[in-house]
Amino acid sequence: MTLFETLSYAWPELALAIGAMVLLITGVFLGDKAAPQISLASVGLLIVCALLAAFSPGAGSTASIFDGAFRIDAFSTFAKVLIFGAAAFAILMSDKYLAGEKLGRFEYPVLILLAALGMSLMASATDLISLYMGIETQSLALYILAAFNRDSRRSTEAGLKYFVLGALSSCMLLYGASLVYGFTGSTLFTEIAKAASAGGDNAGLIIGLVFMISGLAFKVSAAPFHMWTPDVYEGSPTPVTAFFAAAPKLAGMALFTRALMMAFPGAVGDWQLVIAIIAVASMAIGAFSAIAQTNIKRLMAYSSIGHMGYALVGLAAGTSSGVSSVLIYMAIYIVMTVGTFAIILMMRRRGGMTENISDLAGLSRTNMPMALILTVLLFSLAGVPPTAGFFGKWYVFLAAVDADLIWLAVIGVAASAISAFYYLRVVWFMWFDEPAPAFERDHGPALAVAAWGSAILMFPLLTVGMGTLRQLAETAAASLF
Amino acid sequence: MTWEPFVVLLPLFGAMLAMPVGRALGPRAAELLTTAFVLIAAILSWVLFFNVTPVFGGEAHARTIELFTWIGSGDFVATWSVRLDSLSAVMLIVVNSVSFLVHTYSMGYMKDYGEQSRFFAYLSLFTFAMLTLVTADNFLQLFFGWEGVGLASYLLIGFWFNKKSANDAAIKAFVVNRVGDFGFALGIMAIFYVFGTIQFDEVFQAVAANAVATPWRAAEGAPIQELTIHFLSWDFHALTVIGVLLFIGAMGKSAQFLLHTWLPDAMEGPTPVSALIHAATMVTAGVFLVCRCSVIYEYAPNAAAMVTLVGAVTAFFAATVGLLQDDIKKIVAYSTCSQLGYMFFAAGVGAYGAAMFHLFTHAFFKALLFLGSGAVIIGMHHEQDIKKMGGVKELMPFTHILMVIGTIAITGVGIPGLTLFGAPFGTAGFVSKDMILESAFFGGEAGKVFGYFAFTLGILAAVMTAFYSWRLIFLTFWGPSRAPEHIRKHPHAVPDTMMWPLVPLAIGALFAGIVFYGSFVGSNADRFWNGALYSAEASHEETASTADHLNAEEVTAMRDEHDVEEAHGEAADHAPADERAAEEEHGGGHHEIPGWVLWSPFLAMLIGTFSAGWHYLRGDPLKPGMLRPGGMIYAFLKNKWYFDEIYDFIFVKPAYAIGRFLWKDGDGKTIDGVGPDGIAAVVAAGARRIVKMQSGYVYHYAFVMLVGIALLVTFILVRAGSGQ
Repeated sequence: MTLFETLSYAWPELALAIGAMVLLITGVFLGDKAAPQISLASVGLLIVCALLAAFSPGAGSTASIFDGAFRIDAFSTFAKVLIFGAAAFAILMSDKYLAGEKLGRFEYPVLILLAALGMSLMASATDLISLYMGIETQSLALYILAAFNRDSRRSTEAGLKYFVLGALSSCMLLYGASLVYGFTGSTLFTEIAKAASAGGDNAGLIIGLVFMISGLAFKVSAAPFHMWTPDVYEGSPTPVTAFFAAAPKLAGMALFTRALMMAFPGAVGDWQLVIAIIAVASMAIGAFSAIAQTNIKRLMAYSSIGHMGYALVGLAAGTSSGVSSVLIYMAIYIVMTVGTFAIILMMRRRGGMTENISDLAGLSRTNMPMALILTVLLFSLAGVPPTAGFFGKWYVFLAAVDADLIWLAVIGVAASAISAFYYLRVVWFMWFDEPAPAFERDHGPALAVAAWGSAILMFPLLTVGMGTLRQLAETAAASLF
Repeated sequence: MTWEPFVVLLPLFGAMLAMPVGRALGPRAAELLTTAFVLIAAILSWVLFFNVTPVFGGEAHARTIELFTWIGSGDFVATWSVRLDSLSAVMLIVVNSVSFLVHTYSMGYMKDYGEQSRFFAYLSLFTFAMLTLVTADNFLQLFFGWEGVGLASYLLIGFWFNKKSANDAAIKAFVVNRVGDFGFALGIMAIFYVFGTIQFDEVFQAVAANAVATPWRAAEGAPIQELTIHFLSWDFHALTVIGVLLFIGAMGKSAQFLLHTWLPDAMEGPTPVSALIHAATMVTAGVFLVCRCSVIYEYAPNAAAMVTLVGAVTAFFAATVGLLQDDIKKIVAYSTCSQLGYMFFAAGVGAYGAAMFHLFTHAFFKALLFLGSGAVIIGMHHEQDIKKMGGVKELMPFTHILMVIGTIAITGVGIPGLTLFGAPFGTAGFVSKDMILESAFFGGEAGKVFGYFAFTLGILAAVMTAFYSWRLIFLTFWGPSRAPEHIRKHPHAVPDTMMWPLVPLAIGALFAGIVFYGSFVGSNADRFWNGALYSAEASHEETASTADHLNAEEVTAMRDEHDVEEAHGEAADHAPADERAAEEEHGGGHHEIPGWVLWSPFLAMLIGTFSAGWHYLRGDPLKPGMLRPGGMIYAFLKNKWYFDEIYDFIFVKPAYAIGRFLWKDGDGKTIDGVGPDGIAAVVAAGARRIVKMQSGYVYHYAFVMLVGIALLVTFILVRAGSGQ
């Protein structure tokens, strides 16, 4: 392969990297006045990258470049399109908020671009080195984003906590990676897979795997490596939280899936139970802890912990249908999370942003469309049929049952029944409680599009179009095997 | 699309449009619209009647118009059809004509009550449901109509929803009908189970031809007339099970003995509703059902015996209770109940033609009596207690005449033995009721179980019918007035729209019997029903006569001859045995009639009438001789045989107690306590504990992570160790 041919498979990443640099320099020269334009340019860049990922000449094929460290296949395409889309919405939805909080800096979109670059690398990484590089590129950008409101104590605290704990998780990941390398003699997933299935005493390899799983679990905020999530979600500026809850989760889950399915396909029996335990712990924490929350961002933090648990149920199945169920679940999760945060970003009164669940009281009487959208999204988050959220859960539980993990599916159903309580409680507040003061209505078109779009996708668009989504996810999943 | 379905659909359009039109253009527009629609439907149904049936000669054009497939699931197919045969054609004219007259009447009656649009919407909805019921081509559509009329009945009984008694009555009607409908639904399921279809034609043909039927999942089939259903270690005769279950449905809808309690209470509804639903049409749906399924009952003699028994007991029981009612509408209601009993025992002994005939004539005179009572109620300032009336004759002479016509029709005034145009001479009730009583007698003679029993109770009920009907007239219209001064001086004016619908009903009450006798039960009956009613003996004899090499025309001629003779009661000469068997073909099963059988209903009527006069025309009408307050019979009858009290004791109170126990102790303490509430408490406690771990300190978080990874590694190593 010539250099040009090689690079042609990495068009989105190249465009992102170069574009981010150009925009950064532009920003430095033009200053914060140009922040809106740079934001728009970044969104444009992300859309171009999503289109490149989906339609560039190499996109349809399966190819490995950079000596097998970077792989393009249907799986990475599926993940990248969603990542770029979620990142674009994170920028679009932030304008009013950042302006209101006097945070309108040009670095914000650039940091999101860089994070998206890292996530894109994660989605394609097939080597321990590229894996780590992707994670760190993403994480460094995210640490800064968490502390983006640097004059706020809560925001800086969040950023610092995230950084310290993230560093710890990187240590675990690296330690695990070094053990794996030590016991297999290669950093390439394909070589690791060969060595791992060669047999013999591979206890060291398994320990390395467990450490790697722990590091990755931290990135997707799965229990017991979830502790940072509520504090960071609450402390970060809300658009950043929206971004945290969506794109990095998908990237982390994609990497998690790819690493386990490509590097350790022969050791399913070893890691299946570990993943199952993490899934159960996450679902339980998500279901129980959220009940006591009064802050909607913390609620969403626990909600996302729980949702990662459900997605991991599909991964624990370790089958092709399990992988496709994870992708379906994550796609639906991202859409409804973006929509829900769009609503949270609309919770603005004259005095500034509000974050308490009680602020939503009686919303159906003060702002009917908003209440309607949030109701649909909460029903979907709870997994109430016939919303798309129900189908997401349906496929992961089905995959678990097919893989003889019936107990795991049963726990999952129980956990989603418990978690339905706190979603429905919010619905109850909105429809049956005495109205709180109304929210401001000048939230701009981006939030309205995000909220309406995601609600309509949850019901009825995706309910009807579930077959298409499933087909895409199955094609993507098949490319890992 | 052909025009016939509009007979059914027009009232539906009326029902849908009544409320919007009423809102936009006022209630009068809604009234006129619905009434006009029903008028068109009524005209169309008369056209259909003469087209479908050879009523006065002419050709039969029975047909079924299939509109669409309603439900198709595997082998189960239910179509939506308009089945037009003699049976449904008769029902069509009854339903649409009475409905039209009641619509018209209601324009006057409901004037002062308000909410006319809603009332007329309900009336039209009822009409549509009833028409769907009678034109059904399968049991499911029949059931749809069945439930539809039940719904409309519920809505109309509780029309004045601010009145507690009306709401209670509506709920009672609905709940009691649930019992019957449960049986009906099971019957339909049994039919599908046995036959694999619910289409009338397929089911009835299979029964008549004794085809081999294999129930669902059964190992082997058997000829349908011998087939048994295995249930809980018993084997039941399949057709009997089906017949009994269907009849339980009919009992509920037609207010037969044990399931009758809702009908008197249903009088809480506006009077036009009582006339339309609780006298002329809906309550006769059960009779229609039994007649429609005549072929099943012909081959399920035990089920038919049950029909006879329940019908006869109802006829007698309701008549006794009717003796002492003081509410003018309740008298008529019990009378309805009793007359329905007549229809049922006629059907039970196989005289389906006679049952349908009585249904037909009863619609005229009972609607007349109800609507006349409604006029009296309006005139008397909404007073319903006949003890507070008296002397209304002077205030409302026209109504009086009409009510007397209704009364001579229901009591059966006529001259036994005299014939006019080949039909017995008398009022509609005379002709049809005598037909029923004769059929019961001959049923008994032919060995039908409970035939003589039904005949006896029927005669006794006829005595009481005459008694309570005339009692109503005497107490209401005759004698000195007992009404308060202001009512006597200023009776409420009754609008014309309430009076003229009574005229056609009165004409029908007088002459419908004579005019339609030949078609329904007389010499033309075979051609008229055209196979819609089935008689096992007839089809059996048909084959027998062919075997005897008898000329078909000859047989027919003989039959006709004897029919005419015997119906006149002049059959002095004894017909040979084989001809006699052939005569049984006709709905009523006419033998030569012993004189006393012919005269006994007439005598019963005379006894009842004179004893009513004896009681209520001499001296103080409030202190009658035998039935004065205080006697044993008085309390027993006054309390309607204590049925409401018994049901309250057996069903309602225990149901309340059980419900209370299950609610408070079962659901509240046990299920909620251990289940939702208990789990919720555990969840809440768990949530608090987990949240406590979220301290906010980084070193706590890091510690949890490290403990987590330590546990995972330990777990995997222990597992690997134990696995190897």
